[in-house]
Amino acid sequence: MKVAVTSKGVTLDAEVDLRFGRAEQFIVFDTETEKYQVVSNSQNLNAAKGAGIQAAETLSRLDVECLISGHCGPNAYRTLNAAGIRIYTGASGKVSDMLKALEAGDLQPAGAADKAGHWV
Amino acid sequence: MTIAVASGKGGTGKTTIAANMAVSSPEPVKLIDCDVEEPNCHIFINPLIESRKNVGIPVPHADPEKCNACGECGRICQYNAIVALKTQPLVFPELCHGCGGCALVCPTGAITEVDRDIGVVEEGTRGDLLFSQGILNVGEAMAPPLIRAVRRNGQVKSNVIIDAPPGTSCPVVTTISGCDYVVLVTEPTPFGLNDLVLAVEMVRTMKIPFGVVINRSDIGDDAVKKYCRDQDIEILLELPHDRRVAEAYSKGELASESIDELKPLFEDLYVRITAKKN
Amino acid sequence: MREIVVISGKGGTGKTSILASFSVLAREAVIADCDVDAADMHLLLAPAIQRRETFTSGHEAIIQTDKCTGCGKCMELCRFNAVQEAASQNGHKVCTIDLFSCEGCGVCVEFCPEKAIDFPDSECGEWYVSETRAGPMVHARLGIASENSGKLVTTVRKEAQKIAAETGKEVILVDGPPGIGCPVIASLTGATFVLVVTEPTLSGEHDLQRVLTLSRKFGIQSAVCINKWDLNPGMADHIEEVAASLDALVAGRVCYDQNITKAQIEGKTAIEYACEAGNDIKNLWKNLEEMERSTK
Repeated sequence: MKVAVTSKGVTLDAEVDLRFGRAEQFIVFDTETEKYQVVSNSQNLNAAKGAGIQAAETLSRLDVECLISGHCGPNAYRTLNAAGIRIYTGASGKVSDMLKALEAGDLQPAGAADKAGHWV
Repeated sequence: MTIAVASGKGGTGKTTIAANMAVSSPEPVKLIDCDVEEPNCHIFINPLIESRKNVGIPVPHADPEKCNACGECGRICQYNAIVALKTQPLVFPELCHGCGGCALVCPTGAITEVDRDIGVVEEGTRGDLLFSQGILNVGEAMAPPLIRAVRRNGQVKSNVIIDAPPGTSCPVVTTISGCDYVVLVTEPTPFGLNDLVLAVEMVRTMKIPFGVVINRSDIGDDAVKKYCRDQDIEILLELPHDRRVAEAYSKGELASESIDELKPLFEDLYVRITAKKN
Repeated sequence: MREIVVISGKGGTGKTSILASFSVLAREAVIADCDVDAADMHLLLAPAIQRRETFTSGHEAIIQTDKCTGCGKCMELCRFNAVQEAASQNGHKVCTIDLFSCEGCGVCVEFCPEKAIDFPDSECGEWYVSETRAGPMVHARLGIASENSGKLVTTVRKEAQKIAAETGKEVILVDGPPGIGCPVIASLTGATFVLVVTEPTLSGEHDLQRVLTLSRKFGIQSAVCINKWDLNPGMADHIEEVAASLDALVAGRVCYDQNITKAQIEGKTAIEYACEAGNDIKNLWKNLEEMERSTK
C-alpha cells in the first residue's frame, strides 16, 4: 500500500513536516515495492484557502491509503476521511522513523482533526 | 443620485456624516447601511423595521445518483470549495464564492445550487426616511455577496445615501461600485492622511467623483488640507471637534438633532453634493 | 510562542495607537501589522525595510479584445457584475472585465466560445520584513481594491511566527483589522489571546458584542479595554459589564487624551510622549501581560 508522509526534504532521511496542507512535499512510500516518490505540494504554499483540501485531493488521486503528518486541520481531515485515507497525526523525527513506526503498529490513527481551521 | 460615504481609516465619522445628512436633507432620501460586518446606522436612525429577508450564497449540492466522479467540478473551482474525490465530490460551503462554475461544468447535471445563509437584509422607515441595512452573520467570512444584496435595495426614485465600511478593499469596492459620488471622511492626523491617500487612489481608479469631509478638523495638523489642495480635491466640509457631538454619538443620538447649529451644515452638505448631478 | 491579537470590531477605536505602545513596552516581541487594507503602524514605528516580497493571490480574468466577438456569454454567466460592454477600436461591440469586481472564479475563462480570456495570477500587494526600534516587524500593503481574503494576513502572521521562532522571541503582537470578516478571522485563528479595544459609545458596544461572539467561536480568551473612556463614563461601566457577561476579561481603560494625536504627528507612540493616556496604556499592558500569562 502507499503511505504518504509530509516531509521537509526529498529523501527518507528528511525531517517530517509538521503541517499537512502547507507542507513542502510528500514522500509517498510503497510498502510492497519499498520504493518512494517525492510529490511536490508547492501549489498549496500559495493557495488562498483550502490548502488542506487540495493536498488531500492530491493524495487521493495517487491512491494513497495512509497519511502520516504532524497535524491535520478540519477541512483536510474531512477530505482525507471521505477519500478513505487513514490519518496518523503527532508525527515527528525522520520520515523513515515514522514509516518504521507505522509498520511496527506503533502509530495511533487520529480520531479527529487536531488543529483549528486556518480559514485561509 | 447615489452618494456613498466612505473612508480609508475606520472611525473617522462615516456613519455620523451619512446618518446626519440623511435626516437633514430637505427631501426624503433612502439611507443604506452597507457596513454589513458592523452596521451602526440603525443605532442613530432607530428605524421601524418592516421587512427582513435572509440572504444566501448559492453553494453546490451533488446528487450521488447522477455523479459520475469525472472531477470536472473540482478542476474548475478556484477556491477548493468543491473537491472531486474518486467517488463523490466533497463540498466546503464556507469557501464557496457562489460563482456557479461547478454546476455549469458538470456533464451529468448532478450539481444543483442550494442557498447558504450568510446574513439578512432589513428594510424600514423613520418618518419619510427610507432605510435598509445588511447584517452579516458572525463567523461568515465574505461580506461582498451580502453587500450586493443590500445595494439592490437602492433602486429607488429618491436619492440614496450609503454608509460604507472602512478601508479600500473588496467590501468597500463592492459598496461604492456604480455610485455617482463618494464622500471621503477623514481626520487631520497622520493616520487619517495615510488612509485618505489610499482611499483617493481607490475612487480615482474607479473613476467616481468625490470630495472630502474633514471631521474633528482642529485636532491634528494641516497635512490633510495641504494634500487636498495639492491634489485639487474639494473639501466639502470641515467639522471642528465638538465634545457635544462626541457625547451625542456615544449615546446613539443624531448630532444634527441634538445640536441646533449642526442641522443646516448637514443639509447644506447634501444640497451641494446633489447639485453636482448633471 | 504567544500571539496576542488586538482587534476592535468597530474601526477607529485606537487599536494601532495602543498596540504600537505595547510593542515598545514589550521590548522582546515581534510585531505583525495585519491591518493590511489600511496599515498605519509604520507611521509610529518607522520600519526600515529589510525584505520586500510580492503578494499573489488568485487570478484575474482579462479579455483579449482582438479575439472577442462581443457575444456576451461572459456577461451572462458572471455572478459578480464584473463584465461590461464596450466599443472596440474598430467600432465592434466587445466585452471588458472590471478588475475591481472580478472575483477570479474562472467561469468566463472556461466558457468563452472564442477562448479569448486570459487568466493570469493576480499580483495584489506586497509584504515586508522590517526592523524597528521596538523590534522586528512584518507588515504589508494590499493593493487598492484588492480582494482581502485574509491570505495576506496569514502570510504576515506566518512570517512573524517564523521570525519569532528564529530569534527566540516569545511574544507576537498582532495589529488586527476592523470588522468581523475574512481578514479578522485570519488574524484570530490560532491566536493565544485577544484584546478588543472599544470606545464608550453605543456603536462601540454593538460592535464589541459581534466581535466577542467571533472570538468565542474560536475559543480564544478575550479581554476588553475601553479607550477614551471618560467621554462617557456611564457607558464605559456598562460596556465592561457587557464584556464580562460575554466571558471577556476587563483589562483596563485609557483616557481621552489629545496628546495621542500630538505624539502621532511627531511619529511617537503614546508612551514615548509624556501624557496621561500613556500612563493608562502602561497599566493596561501590565494587566494584559498578567492576564495573558495566566491563560492556559
